Amino acid sequence: MQRLLLGDNQFFGVNHMSEEKARAQAMRFQDIHAVINVLDTAYDEGIKTFMCTTHDRIGQVCDHMRADPARYKDYEFFPCMPYAHKYANAMTDYGMLGAVKRFLPEEGLLDAVIRGGMSLAKKDVEGIVTLLVDAEMKMFHDLNTPVIFLQNVVVDLLLGLKFKEAFRIFANHVRARYNAEPGFITMNLPMLLGALDDVGIENPIVCSNINKIGFRMCGGFEAYEQALKERKFRAIAMSVYASGAIPPQEAIEWVCRQPNIESIVFGASSRGNIRNTRELVDRYWPVAGKPAAVTA
Amino acid sequence: MVKLAVVGLGKMGLSHHAIINAHPRVSVDAVCDGTGYLLDVLNKYTGVRTFTDYETMLREVPLDAVLIATPSSIHADMVRMALGKGLHVFCEKPFDITGGGEDLAALAREKGLVNQVGYHYRFVGAFQEVKRLLDAGAIGEVSHVLAEAYGPVVLKPMGSSWRTLRAEGGGCLYDYAAHPINLLNWYFGSPEAVGGTVLNSIFSRETDDEVFSTLFFGDGKSAQVSVNWSDESYRKMSTKITIWGTAGRIYADRQECQIYLRDGAKLPPGCQTGWNVRYTTELTEPVWFYMRGEEYSAQLDYFVRCIEDKRTDNVNSFENATVTDKVMAMMVEDAARGPVLPSGERLAPAPKRRKRFLFG
Repeated sequence: MQRLLLGDNQFFGVNHMSEEKARAQAMRFQDIHAVINVLDTAYDEGIKTFMCTTHDRIGQVCDHMRADPARYKDYEFFPCMPYAHKYANAMTDYGMLGAVKRFLPEEGLLDAVIRGGMSLAKKDVEGIVTLLVDAEMKMFHDLNTPVIFLQNVVVDLLLGLKFKEAFRIFANHVRARYNAEPGFITMNLPMLLGALDDVGIENPIVCSNINKIGFRMCGGFEAYEQALKERKFRAIAMSVYASGAIPPQEAIEWVCRQPNIESIVFGASSRGNIRNTRELVDRYWPVAGKPAAVTA
Repeated sequence: MVKLAVVGLGKMGLSHHAIINAHPRVSVDAVCDGTGYLLDVLNKYTGVRTFTDYETMLREVPLDAVLIATPSSIHADMVRMALGKGLHVFCEKPFDITGGGEDLAALAREKGLVNQVGYHYRFVGAFQEVKRLLDAGAIGEVSHVLAEAYGPVVLKPMGSSWRTLRAEGGGCLYDYAAHPINLLNWYFGSPEAVGGTVLNSIFSRETDDEVFSTLFFGDGKSAQVSVNWSDESYRKMSTKITIWGTAGRIYADRQECQIYLRDGAKLPPGCQTGWNVRYTTELTEPVWFYMRGEEYSAQLDYFVRCIEDKRTDNVNSFENATVTDKVMAMMVEDAARGPVLPSGERLAPAPKRRKRFLFG
């Protein structure tokens, strides 16, 4: 994994500090070319991984990358699925089973019918989970997706329900079908590491808030510090600026001092902010002879 | 350990189940839902005991508390049965749209049981900050309030479910408007009257999609409620409160609290004359488990603590929630009466037009 990954909250009107700012960003990025321009800017700074939700509009970004394989052949997507809002709304409208049925591939593939139908009949979630993953992955065909994440709303729902088997099903499917590493996003890192251990997922990639002020680090700051020191997992830090509550230099300097963090995922919309983050990471997290964006 | 059962596994029930199941001092000993399929999946993969019949569950499982997240029209009977068994009750909102909230509140009081309703906005840091500022008299005498909620729930005509029927507790009034109205009740108590209520359908055949009303409080204060759950320009539900006072203005949503204080205002600690902004990062207390916002975890943790501490004077009590139920009942009546014409007669309701939609 690269040490700096570009996230996508800023493109879709997600801002944990201000609804006004979120709306202004949603307006600015209404045109997909504005998104692509930011990705290109990051790319030119050496940041070649886009960690993104499976929002419908990401499909347009994928089309753009596929159309220019010469420029983007080493570009990587880390898809994060599912895009939770469409499922939450569908669940309210159609109930859980109805929602699942709506998102299964519609081509009438024999495989989908068998996997989905058998799975529904046997109350066996394996078939449903794998079908949903395949439906979400369609937009990334022929692109590099070395890590595939399960979004935090789903990870934490399953974690709370103690539905741990689903993590194993997801991990196995992602490895077998996409030759990718499974990743898990969570707001409850210490608790999740225990659950992943229980179902035998070794050295998992886990992305969670890791910031100096402990913002949304559930289980407590000390438990996170201990996990970073003692647990075997591949940590990605998100929300390192705690939605802007920590000044950039202080935030990056702190996070770069923490042990065993492999990558930082950050959101930025301007060349200045992207470069500033890259330069801070180069300064506080040096690897001999390599700039920050180069694979660690 | 608090032994608890979750009743109703819709979106809210499942979310509550996950959050409370992660609580270190709670054991979820049973779940109950009308549809067996999801229950069987949960039982198969998590081992939790499942029931399709509520009374059987209450009879067979030793419990301290129930968490009820069923359609609103059947809350009352379920709550009564649970209280009858001596169980503490957390119930989703709206509490009892059939009008029996006061009796249930009295029963809970008599039995000394914790009784809480899921108005989670009272656990949002920014809205708690508003309460502190108002109690401190920061913006002087309040004259008017605007309470809003917008979001993308019903964006096209829908098939029928309990959520599409007002009699069952479905619709924008009970689902969305209940929240800003409940905040108004928290800040200013119960209004004496409501007027100019509009409960309008945009896409739904049998319930409302937008709600507008004016609430009149005893001391000349008024509040306007403006709510629409068919607004796709919002990514998710957004609730906001704007309050005008003689010494300033407060605006709050889930993310932030913006306070303007005039020269001469009674400055609360840490505030200055002019603009003051407090963000969610500084207003939010950490929670033990996060799934979809700290407030959802915080309200359940509070419920558990009240049970442990034997506190029955909890916030979001049945009594508090009944005030909101009553305001909504007043609004339904007011909307049905319709506005007054210059002749003194009431405007007849517009004939139902055959709606044609471009989309869906």
